[in-house]
Amino acid sequence: MNRTVLDLWVGFFVALGLAAVLFLALKVGNLSAAHLSETYVLQAKFDNIGGLKVRGPVKSAGVLVGRISDIRFDPESYQAVVTMNVDGRYKFPRDTFASIYTAGLLGEQYIGFDVGGDEKMLQPGDTVKMTQSAVVLEKLISQFLFNKAAEGQDSK
Amino acid sequence: MPGPLELVRSLGHGVVDKIWRLGFATRFFFAILAHSGTAFRRLPLTLREIYFSGVLSLLIILVSGLFVGLVLGLQGYETLARYGSTEALGILVALSLVRELGPVVAGLLFASRAGSSITAEIGLMKTTEQLKAMDMMAVNPIARVVAPRFWGGVISMPLLAAMFSAMGVFGGWLIGVVFIGVDDGAFWSQMQSSVDFRYDILNGIIKSVVFGFAVSLIAVFEGYDSVPTAEGVSRAITRTVVTSAMTILALDFILTSFMFRGNS
Repeated sequence: MNRTVLDLWVGFFVALGLAAVLFLALKVGNLSAAHLSETYVLQAKFDNIGGLKVRGPVKSAGVLVGRISDIRFDPESYQAVVTMNVDGRYKFPRDTFASIYTAGLLGEQYIGFDVGGDEKMLQPGDTVKMTQSAVVLEKLISQFLFNKAAEGQDSK
Repeated sequence: MPGPLELVRSLGHGVVDKIWRLGFATRFFFAILAHSGTAFRRLPLTLREIYFSGVLSLLIILVSGLFVGLVLGLQGYETLARYGSTEALGILVALSLVRELGPVVAGLLFASRAGSSITAEIGLMKTTEQLKAMDMMAVNPIARVVAPRFWGGVISMPLLAAMFSAMGVFGGWLIGVVFIGVDDGAFWSQMQSSVDFRYDILNGIIKSVVFGFAVSLIAVFEGYDSVPTAEGVSRAITRTVVTSAMTILALDFILTSFMFRGNS
């Protein structure tokens, strides 16, 4: 069996194909950046999650520290139960505050961790006690309008 | 003018014939799998087919991918500019290519570029009775002719689809960043933050593998089952392209409904 020119072309073709897959994985996809391998589970209950989605980001200080794995409705407390996979490298204090923020004016919503000062850390499976719901734009606007109306009456 | 009885008769004949062919195609598929040993033991046979169906399709795949990417970049920019979110151009181009356009368009091009030539080759071998001659020499034509072509197509297809997507992303980048002036960093970082490797890219690759199996099977089967005349072979080639296109689009819908259930 000898090497032929054909083998060279096939080798070139396969190498090009693998390079394309590598390009898609590393440059287009997020395989390289913040790949969450070791994760632990945290839960949080919210009164209103707004437009939060499964697989949405969990951030602390703006850095991606986890992803939302599940969103359920709790029929007993009438709250939304959000389950998150948090990067195992990061531990958060027990009095961490979980809020729902919006990236940009119309961007996707994410959970932000505002870290407290407790010396005890959240253990895998724990529930984040303090949460703040999503800001619903309609509520904000109506609140603003009511305030304006009230101001108008005061000045009369 | 055929009477109503003949119409019903020909309808029934057509249906039975289609089901018969489907059964034969299934048996043919398992025969290929059973005789695939030769295709991998004598690797040069398969390498030759990868050359013919893969390497020679490079030009059409790369050029089409580039142009699809350029068009996506232009059209996406037009629409996104209305909402003032042109940085999302990278997401739009990458997701539509990786999830749908890459596998589907590469599959359609592959069917018309490589699938048709496989059908023509096998059909002509049948017409000139080369397949029968092999049988006479105790060479199994499925192992010697069909299986290498089948596996050559199955191996080439995902690689071509990946190249198509990569080229398309490059095209979108060329239009968006180089010509229009979308911010380079935002283009890539937004893309990377919302294209998931397992969810988007891997599902796209799975799609292209499935399309590779479907197109290759249709191509070799139509060639093997063709009526051994000049007209029969030409009909078989037409059927390859038509059936492949319909199968790819139907499979794409089924796979998409399994993979992307709108929960993202």
